[in-house]
Amino acid sequence: MHKTLTRFALPLGVAGLAVAAYWAARKPASSHPPDSAPGRTARQTWFGDYVVGGRSVTIAAEPEPLFAIWRDPSQLSRFMRHVQSVEAAEDGTWRWVLRGPAEAEVTLLTRIVTERASELIAWRSVEGSEIEAEGKVMFRKAPAGRGTVVEAVIAYQPPGGTMGHWMAKAFGTDPARLGRHELKRLKMLMETGEIATASPPAQKGH
Amino acid sequence: MRALTFHGTHDVRVETVPDPRLINPRDAIIEVTATAICGSDLHLYNGVIPGVARGDILGHEFMGRVVEAGPQSTLRPGERVVVPFTISCGSCFFCQMQLFSACDNSNPVESQDASELAYGHAMSGLFGYSHLTGGYPGGQAQYVRVPFSDVGPIVIPEGLEDEQVLFLSDILPTGWMAAENAGIRQGDTVAVWGCGPVGLFAIQSALIMGAGQVIAIDHYPHRLDLARGLGAKVIDYTQTDVLEALMEMSGGIGPDAVIDAVGMESHGFAPDNLMDTVKQKVGLGADRGHALRMALMAVRKGGRVSIPGVYGGMVDKFPLGALMQKGLEVRSGQTHVQRYSQDLLRRIGEGEIDTTFLISHRLPLEEAAEGYRNFRDNQNEWTKVVLKP
Repeated sequence: MHKTLTRFALPLGVAGLAVAAYWAARKPASSHPPDSAPGRTARQTWFGDYVVGGRSVTIAAEPEPLFAIWRDPSQLSRFMRHVQSVEAAEDGTWRWVLRGPAEAEVTLLTRIVTERASELIAWRSVEGSEIEAEGKVMFRKAPAGRGTVVEAVIAYQPPGGTMGHWMAKAFGTDPARLGRHELKRLKMLMETGEIATASPPAQKGH
Repeated sequence: MRALTFHGTHDVRVETVPDPRLINPRDAIIEVTATAICGSDLHLYNGVIPGVARGDILGHEFMGRVVEAGPQSTLRPGERVVVPFTISCGSCFFCQMQLFSACDNSNPVESQDASELAYGHAMSGLFGYSHLTGGYPGGQAQYVRVPFSDVGPIVIPEGLEDEQVLFLSDILPTGWMAAENAGIRQGDTVAVWGCGPVGLFAIQSALIMGAGQVIAIDHYPHRLDLARGLGAKVIDYTQTDVLEALMEMSGGIGPDAVIDAVGMESHGFAPDNLMDTVKQKVGLGADRGHALRMALMAVRKGGRVSIPGVYGGMVDKFPLGALMQKGLEVRSGQTHVQRYSQDLLRRIGEGEIDTTFLISHRLPLEEAAEGYRNFRDNQNEWTKVVLKP
């Protein structure tokens, strides 16, 4: 009996030490500096009251025309299917009417806070907006002549908090998904001159 | 118009549906003169491909006459064309690399989410092949809307019959790419699992590319006869131990390259296949990978594995060890049809390639459901069904 115990005691002890050493070594990892990945890919979705999401798409076009489309409210509805209308007021405020869950209309009022030609547009919601949100769209040359990387990031307070966020996800109307779709449509429009569809557009009055 | 529509597993019907019309500037409308039932249509018919909705028009092998062309189409009304089953924009990163079946811009964005979730990346658009690939109405119909008609359709010169060129839409380039993916060198031994249309065209292509011997594996006598007629040696897996035979027929080395032209619905009573069949029936597993497992075991060390057979999901009991330990090279994919169109059209025109030997039955479109049933249940005699709308 004793013999058996001592036979196992040493390996067990060594194993125990190894586990302890592993945990000790692992601990600082949780406070290590952030990695190279963009913040929006963090496992954490919520940052305070905000949900953060975003997406990159590489488009075979120069940054200039892409920036120009994004800067012109009248161009955005060409590829943004979830935007009913966008208008720029004289004071520089943009008024977006969005299609929310269950076809409900949501009004978003924004203004541009930073802008660098063919590079960056950053915006933020202003008073009177039904959604608290901010975001940015970045344009940079893609490597190997592949065109331009367009990167859109949005941080917003989901109406209805956590519950509202999950409802939107369940109905497929969360901004991350819609934004991804809009970016892909922009890519189609710029690269092919049209937006792929399998079904004729619904005819009004039918 | 009349069209073949999906209504559930083993339930397809010819119905009257609205005519297609031009939507985008690069579209064209084709009046179909000939269309075929593909082996991969049987995967839809058997209900093993997800995302097929009631009322969807099937069919992705078709040709016909242009009746209407959008302002950006390069086709003219009256032209006779074969339409590739892959829908490709011609200008995205992938199309520029001639990876036409990986096109980024042909699958409507709403349909991209499902394949992005299933495969990590969105698939391109295909005709008549579930909503994972866009839900585009297919070609077993009187008329079809063809998107990006300036890129895909091949204009057919006078003097070639429909049946000589129809298979440029899918199975001929698929068999050709299967052989190309096998990296065939002069004198190679190439083993092909499955003597359906793609397997037979892969055999034909492998011999043109310089294979020393092609060994075809199946169990239907008539299909094995067709393979023999093309110049292949054959193995009936119900009579012969395939792995042992392949070793002995290749001087103890094993085939230099193997081609799995079977895909997700393997036949036979091997234990792994019976388990897979049960799992597929109850929805636990998507694919039956018996042929691919055999191919991986059979191929020589450092050999090449080509997979034109269709798979949709997960497979287990996969001999990953054989793949790694033998240092195998694997190539696969939906066919980049447009890459091969002109070369294969020329070979048909010059008489080097004949595809008509494959056609066993010709039916009016109205009898398409009958065609599906027989193509599935009488595979020995029913090797290829051509429908005439």
